[in-house]
Amino acid sequence: MSEMNGKYPEDMGLRDAPMIEGEHDYGTVTDKIGSIVLDRPSPRQWYIWGGIAGICLGSFLVSFCWLIYKGVGVWGINNPCGWGFDIINFVWWIGIGHAGTLISAILLLMRQRWRTSINRLAETMTLFAVCCAGLFPLLHTGRPWVAYWLVPYPNALAIWPQFRSPLVWDVFAVTTYLTVSALFWYVGLVPDLATLRDKAKHKLAKIGMGIMAMGWRGSAAHWHRYEAAYLALAGLSTPLVLSVHSIVSLDFAVSIVPGWHTTIFPPYFVAGAVFAGFAMVLLLVIPIRKWYGVADFVTMRHMDWMAKIMLATGLVVFYGYLMEMYYAWYSGNQFEIALASNRLSGDYKFWYYALIFCNGLAPQVLWSKRVRHSLTGLFVVSLIVSIGMWLERFVIIPVSLSHDFMPSAWGGYTPTIAFGDVMFFLGTFGIFLGGMVAFVRILPMIPMSEIKHLLHLEKHESHPAAQAETVA
Amino acid sequence: MPQIFSKKANYLARGSIVMTGVVFVLIVLISHNVTAYTHDLGVAFQQPAPFSHKHHVKELGIDCRYCHQSVEKGPFAGLPPTETCYTCHSQIWTNSPLLKVVRDSYTTNTPIEWNRVNNLPDFVYFDHSVHVAKGVSCYTCHGQVDQMNLLYKENAFEMIWCLRCHRNPEAQVRPKSEIFNPNYDYSQHETLGKQLVEQYGIKKEQLTNCWICHR
Repeated sequence: MSEMNGKYPEDMGLRDAPMIEGEHDYGTVTDKIGSIVLDRPSPRQWYIWGGIAGICLGSFLVSFCWLIYKGVGVWGINNPCGWGFDIINFVWWIGIGHAGTLISAILLLMRQRWRTSINRLAETMTLFAVCCAGLFPLLHTGRPWVAYWLVPYPNALAIWPQFRSPLVWDVFAVTTYLTVSALFWYVGLVPDLATLRDKAKHKLAKIGMGIMAMGWRGSAAHWHRYEAAYLALAGLSTPLVLSVHSIVSLDFAVSIVPGWHTTIFPPYFVAGAVFAGFAMVLLLVIPIRKWYGVADFVTMRHMDWMAKIMLATGLVVFYGYLMEMYYAWYSGNQFEIALASNRLSGDYKFWYYALIFCNGLAPQVLWSKRVRHSLTGLFVVSLIVSIGMWLERFVIIPVSLSHDFMPSAWGGYTPTIAFGDVMFFLGTFGIFLGGMVAFVRILPMIPMSEIKHLLHLEKHESHPAAQAETVA
Repeated sequence: MPQIFSKKANYLARGSIVMTGVVFVLIVLISHNVTAYTHDLGVAFQQPAPFSHKHHVKELGIDCRYCHQSVEKGPFAGLPPTETCYTCHSQIWTNSPLLKVVRDSYTTNTPIEWNRVNNLPDFVYFDHSVHVAKGVSCYTCHGQVDQMNLLYKENAFEMIWCLRCHRNPEAQVRPKSEIFNPNYDYSQHETLGKQLVEQYGIKKEQLTNCWICHR
């Protein structure tokens, strides 16, 4: 990937760089992106990652069946750590999804044009990440077959879920999130599906794309309604970026466990979610743009923007870590102080320092333009951040639980590996990677219609209509 | 370019929206009325002998406790041993073919295997004696047994049904003397119910705790 390094000389600001590189017109955009779906060029890496996803899916099936057969005892959760890998992974996966929503909704409302080339990929990532996330709490209940009890509906038991519990708020937050994200993703796909329907040669592809395109003909009325619906959905999604992870953080903050009971949790979790999400987008985008040759649309300028958002949210997260320590000291509460010192010098101190390195120190290299413009550098930092965000949840969840009020209740947490926690976590990567691998092959990974719109704006920047668009 | 879909496809698209609504309404309607069917309410059970509660309770006036002896003392109401049948049937209907099962049971000293009509899941803790002691009539749960020729389930024993009384016991509890009365008159019950709840010492706030039934 190093040949991309230094593509922009230090003295050339990215501000002036185009958002679509190369010589493109509307036709070449369709050809370039559409042909990935219609002609299915499959780079060697596609097979490799498909194989990896298959292995992970296999491990998912095995550990899933074993879990259903034996019960949640096959996971390492027990007193005092009733929440372990399952909840860590839930929070981690759901956090990853947030970048997709931020890119698709907030950046749309803020008229950030650079969102255009990465929003489809990020939204798809959100969908699969939320699916992976949702599995954990459902299976954590131990009886997933009665998971519908979480939904308030008139029932033969004449009882309702406990509305005062943040765990129930979670159900509403996550299901809303999944529904709105899926709708937003699908609505955005419709014009592209119509393009593919018209371009497709195979009869099945024509019919499949045709049904999904819902009779889109690209008339002015269609576009008018589409834009209105898309904007309305963006409006609906925007609060979700903030609300979902806030509510997830309340699962902890509402309780009285030392280390959980702090008011900083909601904003700190939201920032962490966006931080982890952008790291995952970069991890996906960097290889995909190379393998599928779509670097013209996902340029170094995009990489730079994402790196900057990562840097900003990373600083918020780092601030959160410092504040946690400060709160513990300032509270004067012996339990909070004991927990803080346990993090710094207890059994799991290695993981705490690893977390500070991964999320606090490592992202600081993004201040350097050289790192932001180096794909290898960005990839490594994103990987470190992804690991760091996982460690953050590890430090928050089992480490706090292992060391609460009563010394007699202190204990440790050890995840199970074979057929247990680790294998299942690996299995959810199968769902995520398998989903992404299938997605890049059967749906356009970059929104063609929006790229064409952007192309129009880029080419006719001086045009009064384009200027009006920019101002609005 | 030829059209992929004919014009009729539009009807399918619109129809699918309507059908979603129709299916939803159907699900609601069915799920509201399916209880009686899934629980076999009102369906007479096959039994080894065609025992009629109507005949014994209504026409002959035998008290419930004559056969179901442990209903006031223990968790189970109890099924009568064949000897209980023989208190009368050693004298009357001694040669009736309907009673062959009873005679066989008596002579071979093997109990009659009646089929259970009302069954509660294992995760429900239920004790007949406390219900009877606190003024709950047999007929409140088992229905008008005195009207049943062959016994059937009157109520589905779903949690929502149990809770109707556990949340509002005033509406159901009877004076001690009326517990085994099939024809109790609830019309004067307004003030009596409250008095009885107090008199029996029923702690209403406990009645809907999970552990009252799920121990």
